[in-house]
Amino acid sequence: MNVLDTIFAPLAYDFFDRGLIVATISGALLGLIGVYITLRGMSYIGHGLSHAVFGGFAAAQLFAAQFYVIGAGLWGIASALAINVVSRKQRIGADAAIGVITTGSFALGVALLTKFGSRGPSFDSALFGSILGISTFQIWGLLAVAVLTLLMVVFRYRALMFTTFDPDVADASGVNVSRTDAMLMIVLSLTILATLTVIGVTLVAAMLVIPAVVARMLTNSFSKMLVTSAAIGAGCGFVGMYLSYYAGVPSGTMIVLTGSVVFALALSLRSIRSAVNRRSHTADAQAQSVQGKKMPVTF
Amino acid sequence: MTGTGVGRVILDVANASAGYDEALVLHNVDFHVHEDQFTGIVGPSGAGKTTLLRLLLGVVEPRTGSVTREPDVRVAYVPQLETVNWDFPITVDECVLMARTEQRKLPWASPSEKKKVADVLERLGIADLAQRHIRALSGGQQQRMFIARALLREPNLLLLDEPTSGVDVNTRHDMLHLLSDLHDDGISIVLTTHDLNGMAAHLPHLMCVNGTVVAEGTPAEVITSDVLEHTFGARLEVLQHLGMPIVIDDYAGRPTTVVAS
Repeated sequence: MNVLDTIFAPLAYDFFDRGLIVATISGALLGLIGVYITLRGMSYIGHGLSHAVFGGFAAAQLFAAQFYVIGAGLWGIASALAINVVSRKQRIGADAAIGVITTGSFALGVALLTKFGSRGPSFDSALFGSILGISTFQIWGLLAVAVLTLLMVVFRYRALMFTTFDPDVADASGVNVSRTDAMLMIVLSLTILATLTVIGVTLVAAMLVIPAVVARMLTNSFSKMLVTSAAIGAGCGFVGMYLSYYAGVPSGTMIVLTGSVVFALALSLRSIRSAVNRRSHTADAQAQSVQGKKMPVTF
Repeated sequence: MTGTGVGRVILDVANASAGYDEALVLHNVDFHVHEDQFTGIVGPSGAGKTTLLRLLLGVVEPRTGSVTREPDVRVAYVPQLETVNWDFPITVDECVLMARTEQRKLPWASPSEKKKVADVLERLGIADLAQRHIRALSGGQQQRMFIARALLREPNLLLLDEPTSGVDVNTRHDMLHLLSDLHDDGISIVLTTHDLNGMAAHLPHLMCVNGTVVAEGTPAEVITSDVLEHTFGARLEVLQHLGMPIVIDDYAGRPTTVVAS
């Protein structure tokens, strides 16, 4: 099989086409939002919010099983806003707020499902999703969230950057910090919801962090970090889907593994570059010393 | 040098108390910021200097009393360098452009914004560092970058938290001269500091704070052994040198250290 066959053969399958599109968009979306989340020290939030959404999934089923996505979404937004409010308190950090609110919500979901059972989709499909059984509705939902996120990142770019870098000075400079934070949390919840039902909790949490962390290693500019992180996320989704097809391993797992390899490569390259720079500086210093250019030390 | 506060009052703190959670850090503070103010707030760690600055800035609300700003006041703030996240991925020009957050929604700078950023960086002598990451600057350059960001807001009141902290003597000297030039250009300036001798040499007006305002006035009026004892809780000897007070630290009988500016 030549390279072109390797690329085009899976595209003959409709389920693979859909999976490829969704994995690529999801990766880009999570990479974009992940920049704000990692820079705000809230990397744990992806994992936490997916648990919170599970509470909403269980509660929504008690009233209207067919609307479990909406119920889970509203629950996720409420949890994200609660985390945002609690983490702003002086004595409670964001990590503690996420831990308390999301695990509480998850426990509630377990209690409700144990007591009343599931009337809608299975626990596994709601919590872990399935990239190979994606409906058209889910694709449109994901596209809508992607457009909303892109609009937010473009038109609130400056406010989001300022509030992420220095919320106090942003507040004093007339930026509405609370509204900006709330907007980010709502978009994050929608992103997690749109990608959770498609990809699964492991991928959501990992793909919020990995592309952003790799991008941070590659650039010192905020705007470049956003673009790089989105591109890395999309690339991991795209490559991971192909690897999943040929390895016969679940897609979410391969996407995360691809991201992990990219992270390891970036870390190695950075270490090598630092070592080369250090050696170069030492050589320069020695050369200067030999040529007598160093300032003599006198007492 | 003017700056003892004879112009119009632009910001008025009246009998204000402020703090965080249950703790009250400042009690019954009265302070008027005038149009030509150039004041250094001095006091020991935990005295409430930064809280007073945040009260003036409007990010801390008074528990009691009031803080009243004239409608035409444009305040800009320069944070303490120790509080900045230096790992944040941001270049000098990106940081300075933050001052224009509410003026333009699009991410990229307009031609006029690019010119304004270039001009203010040029004025502060760091134009060639525009593309550098913020960590790659010296302490003095970092301070200038935040002053550039503040100036881009075209303020008439500039608040600075410990602008001379952690910099060498020459940088401190340059910084205080820069602030003096900005004051001469018509910007009111209020800053906090630990550096008594540096302030005595450069600032026309000082305010000693320790939970409340202990004293305020010219350096000659404020830097006295009695006032400093009330402020710092330790007896500090003050000498006069060329008409300028110099504080000698002989606290607890340790060998004396003279820090002249």
